[in-house]
Amino acid sequence: MKPDTTSGNRGLDLEEPLLFELSRPGRTGVDLPEAAKVASHLGGLDREGSIGLAGVSEPEVIRHFVRISRNNYSIDANLYPLGSCTMKHNPRLNEKMARLPGFGDVHPLQPESTVQGALELIHTLGHWLKTLTGMPAVAMPPAAGAHGELCGMMAIRAAHEAKGDTKRTRVLIPESAHGTNPATAAQCGFTVDPIPGNDRGRVDLAAVRAKLGPDVAGIMLTNPNTLGLFENDVIQVAEAIHSVGGYFYADGANFNAIVGKARPGDMGVDAIHINLHKTFSTPHGGGGPGSGPVAFSKALAPYAPLPMILEDGGRFHLIEHRGDKGEPGEKSFGRMRTYNGQMGMFVRALSYMMSHGSDGLRQVAEDAVLSANYIMASCKDDLTSPYPGPCMHEALFDDRFLEGTGVTTLDFAKAMIDEGYHPMTVYFPLVVHGAMLTEPTETESKESVDRFIHVLRTLARRAKSGDAQFFKNAPRYSPRRRVDETAAARNPILRWTPPAPKAQAAE
Amino acid sequence: MADRRYTKDHEWIEINGAVGTVGITNYAQEQLGDVVFVELPPAGKKLTKGGEAAVVESVKAASEVYSPVSGEVVESNAELAKNPAMVNTAAETTGWFVKVKVADAKEVSGLMDAAAYKKFVDGLH
Repeated sequence: MKPDTTSGNRGLDLEEPLLFELSRPGRTGVDLPEAAKVASHLGGLDREGSIGLAGVSEPEVIRHFVRISRNNYSIDANLYPLGSCTMKHNPRLNEKMARLPGFGDVHPLQPESTVQGALELIHTLGHWLKTLTGMPAVAMPPAAGAHGELCGMMAIRAAHEAKGDTKRTRVLIPESAHGTNPATAAQCGFTVDPIPGNDRGRVDLAAVRAKLGPDVAGIMLTNPNTLGLFENDVIQVAEAIHSVGGYFYADGANFNAIVGKARPGDMGVDAIHINLHKTFSTPHGGGGPGSGPVAFSKALAPYAPLPMILEDGGRFHLIEHRGDKGEPGEKSFGRMRTYNGQMGMFVRALSYMMSHGSDGLRQVAEDAVLSANYIMASCKDDLTSPYPGPCMHEALFDDRFLEGTGVTTLDFAKAMIDEGYHPMTVYFPLVVHGAMLTEPTETESKESVDRFIHVLRTLARRAKSGDAQFFKNAPRYSPRRRVDETAAARNPILRWTPPAPKAQAAE
Repeated sequence: MADRRYTKDHEWIEINGAVGTVGITNYAQEQLGDVVFVELPPAGKKLTKGGEAAVVESVKAASEVYSPVSGEVVESNAELAKNPAMVNTAAETTGWFVKVKVADAKEVSGLMDAAAYKKFVDGLH
C-alpha cells in the first residue's frame, strides 16, 4: 500500500531503495588516478567480470544508511518488551569507561606486563560474579549465553570423564528451559530427556526423581524459568541430581530477576552462565556482542576452560596452557575460543556493577520484578495469564482472552507495531498456547509502563469488541505492511540479483 | 480402511502388512500453523518409539515429530520435502512423513484408535 504522494515518501518516512539499486556504473566516493597499464602476471587468472560493489557517491551512501537506520527499533527509542531478552537501558557511563585509553585500545596479543590494568579489571569482574553467585570459581572466556552453556556442559562432561565415568549419556531438561539448553546438551553428545512442568508452571519434582539413574550426566534448569516463575523446588532438584552423581547446570539468562537477592551457589548449582548483556546492561541485539561468563562450584572448578587469570602478589597472569600435575589449569577441558573474552563488555559490566553497588544491584532485581508484576496485575481484567502471579521479571500472557475473537497472538503483535512498540516475545515458551512473554525491565519509568499497559488493555478490548479486521490489517503505519511470513519462509530471496538488461528497442 | 492409530504427540500411523505409514494429525498441523520446512530421515535409519523421526518447522516454531513405533525407515515422502505446505493441506493423506518397517506389532496396538484420539483432543483446551 503506497502513500498518496508523488515521491512515494510519507513525510519524514523516506522510501529508500537497496544500495545496489542506487548503483550507477563508474560512480564512486573517491577520486583515484587511472591505473597504469601494466602487463598482467596473473597467468590468465585475471578477473573477468565486475565484483559487484555498488557504485554510489559519498552523500548517497550517507543518506542511504541514515534513512534505513530510521527504521530501526531500539531501546534508545522506546520500551522494548521482548521477553527473555532483557532489553534494558545501556547506561552511557559504561560507554565512556569502555572508551578510556588502556581499555578501548588494548590488544589481546600485548605482553602481559603492558595490560596489568586490563587483567585486573577482568579479575575484579570475576570477583563480583563469584560474590553475586556465591560460587568459588568463574570462567570469563565464553562469548555469549549459549557459549556459556556449552562451557558449563563441557566442564560437566570433563568432570565425569576424569572419573572414568563415560556411561552418562542423558541430560534432564525441563520443558520450561531456554531453547538453547537442549541444543547445548546435544552438541556435547548427550541425549536430551525432557521433564514436564507441573500445573504451577514449575518443574515437576516427582518427574525429575523418576528420571534419575546412573546414566544421568546432569540437569539443565533455567531459574527463574522461561514462564517468568521462580523454581521453588530448586534445592530439592539439586539434591536429587547430586544423589545420583550428576551435576546441576543452571541457565542464568534470567539472573537479572534475582541478582543481589539470591545466590545460585546456595541453591546447589554447579555451573551457571551469566549474560553480561542482559543482567549487567551491556548493549546487545545488534548493539554489541554478548558475553557469557560461567561461575563454577568447587566440584567443577578444576575443569574450567583456559585461559584463566591468576593473581600473584598484585601481579596478574594469564594461564594459557594446561599445567603439569598440581599446577593451575591441570584438569581444564581446554580452550574454547581465541583470546580472553569480550573485553569491551567486561569494562561495561564492571562499570555497571560499581556504579550501582551491591544495594543498587539488589534494587535492579526488585524493580524488574515489580515492573513485570505491575503489568500482570494491571492487565488481569483484559488479558489472561496461564499461571497465577506473582511472577518474577516477566509477565506471561496466553491467548485465552482472544478466544472466539478471530484475532491471534500474531495479529495482536502486529497491532503493537502500529502503536510504536516492538512486540513482546510471541509463541514462546512453547508450552503456553499463543504465548506473549513480556519483560519491561527495571529501567522504564512508571509513566512509560503505564502507557504500555494502556495500549495492551485497549487492544485487548478492541479484539473482544469484534473488530478482528483492525488486527488482520495491522501494521498500517510501518514502512512495510503485513509481511507474508509463510511465503517468505517457503521461498526466501536471500540475495539481490541485478535485473536482466533491457532489450534494445527495435529501430 | 486400514488400521490407523494415534499418539498423544499427535502422530498417526497406518499399518499395511509389516509397514506403517506415519504422519502428523490435522490437529497438529492446525496448532503448528503454516509449515515452511520439513526434515525427513533417510531410508534405513533406525527409529525408536517416542524418539525423533523428523523435524517440522512452521512460522511459529520448529517441532520434532516422534516415531509412534520402533522400526526402520523404508521410505521418506520426497514430495513432502519439496512441498512442505502439504502438511497443512493434506496432513492425514498425501502429507505423510515416513514409512517404517514396524519392529514390534504390539507397539501399534498400544496406541489410541480414532475414537480415543478424538476424545483426547477434545480434552485439550
